[in-house]
Amino acid sequence: MTRKTKDELTVDHNHDGIDRRGFLKCMAWAGTGTLCVMQGGILKSYAFGHTDTLSADAPAGELSFAQISDSHMGFNKPANTDVVSTLKAAIDKINALPQRPEFLLHTGDISHLAKPEEFDSVDQILKSAVAKDVFFVPGEHDVTGDDGKQYLDRYGKGSQGAGWYSFDKKGVHFIGLINVMNLKAGGLGTLGPEQLAWLEKDVQPLGASTPIVLFAHIPLWSVYPEWGWGTEDSAQALALVKRFGSVTVLNGHIHQTMQKVEGSVTFHTAASTAFPQPEPGKADSPGPMKVPAEQLRQLLGITDVNFVRGQHALAIVDSKLG
Amino acid sequence: MNRNRRQWCALSLASISLVLSATQAQSDPRPPAPAAAPAEIKEVKIDNFSFSPATLTVAPGTTVKWTNRDDIPHTVVSNDKTTFKSKVLDTDDSFSFTFTTAGTYDYFCSIHPKMTAKVIVQ
Repeated sequence: MTRKTKDELTVDHNHDGIDRRGFLKCMAWAGTGTLCVMQGGILKSYAFGHTDTLSADAPAGELSFAQISDSHMGFNKPANTDVVSTLKAAIDKINALPQRPEFLLHTGDISHLAKPEEFDSVDQILKSAVAKDVFFVPGEHDVTGDDGKQYLDRYGKGSQGAGWYSFDKKGVHFIGLINVMNLKAGGLGTLGPEQLAWLEKDVQPLGASTPIVLFAHIPLWSVYPEWGWGTEDSAQALALVKRFGSVTVLNGHIHQTMQKVEGSVTFHTAASTAFPQPEPGKADSPGPMKVPAEQLRQLLGITDVNFVRGQHALAIVDSKLG
Repeated sequence: MNRNRRQWCALSLASISLVLSATQAQSDPRPPAPAAAPAEIKEVKIDNFSFSPATLTVAPGTTVKWTNRDDIPHTVVSNDKTTFKSKVLDTDDSFSFTFTTAGTYDYFCSIHPKMTAKVIVQ
C-alpha cells in the first residue's frame, strides 16, 4: 500500500496486480444512468445506455434505485445540442426497468448555469419518472453566482449547512454530502470541518452492519487531481465510515463511469446524461468530448462493464442489462 | 460650405490652443497622474480550461477584460473572493475590472479551481 497524497487511496492493496493505473484502464463509457441494487448489504451497479433493451437480468435485491448525474440543463454545444432529449431518454430508460427503482438520486450539475429555467426544465422532466422521490446533491454549476441559495431553496428542504442530509431506506443509510462550496484557488472539492463534524454525529448511532451509501457530486477519491477530480478532505469522511461493513460511494462530475473497491468501500461514478468528458489525462483539458452527432447516443450507451466484489479487489463481470 | 468648414476649423484650432494654454498654465512640474491617462484595456482569453496569458503585467489604471472563449462556463474571482468576482461567464461572455493599485492579484475560476492565474499591477 502506498500513499502519494493525503487523500489518494490505495494502490494494489490486495496485491492482485490491479493498481490505480490498471484500474483506470478498465473504465469505460457508460450509459445515461445507473441502476443500483442492494443485495445482502452490498450494492451493485448496472449502467444502462440509450440503446439497450432492458430485461430482467439484474437481480432483484432488497432495494434498487437509479442514479443519474450531470444533466447540465442549458448546455447547447457540441457534442449535444439537445440535453433535454437525452435526459428524457434516461428517464424513459429508468421507467422501463423491469424492477421499479424506489427512488432516483441526482448527483449534481442539474443545471449548466444555475438559471431558474434550467432547474425548472429538469424538474418538469423528472415528473415523468415512475419513481417519484428524487434526492439531489448540487454540482458546482448549480451553486455559481449565489453560493447555492437557489439550490437550497429548491432542493434543500430539511437539509443541514450547505445542504447535506441523510435518510434511511429499507435499512440502508444514505448520506448526501456537499463538496462544491467554498472551493479555493488551485484546490479540489471540499467538504469542510462543519460537514465532517455533522457526518461523525450522523453515523455515530448506527451499527457497523448498516449499509452506508455516501453520495456527492465531485468524486470522494482522487480520480485525477490535475483536473480537480477529487476532494481534498475525502479521506477524513471515509475514515468516519471505516467501521462499517458495506460502504458505497456514488459520485458524478467526471461524465464517465468508473468503479473501484477499496476494502469495504466501493466507489462508483456515473455518466452524464448530457455530454461525455475525456478520460483522465487523455486530453489537454476536461472539456466536452466532441463526437459526431450520429455517434453521441451510441457512445453514451456502449457500456456493459460492471465491477462487483469478489476474491480480488476488482472482479469484472459482464452483467449487462439487455 | 468650404468657407464654413474653414471657419469651423479655425474655431476648433483656437479652442484647442485655449485648452492647451489653460492646461499649461495650471500644470505643475510633476508628471500627470496615471489615472488621468486614457484607460488602457488588456485582454485575457479564457479557453481550454485556462487563462491566457496566465500572468499579465499592467500599469495602474489598466482595465483587464476577460472573455470566455471556452465551450464551458467559467468565472473570474480574486483569491480573496472580494477584490473582484465575475458572475458566471458563458461562452463569449466578458468581465472587466480596472486595477488602480499596484500589487499582485491572484485569481481563479471558482467553478474549476485548478484554473489559476495572476495580474501584476506595477
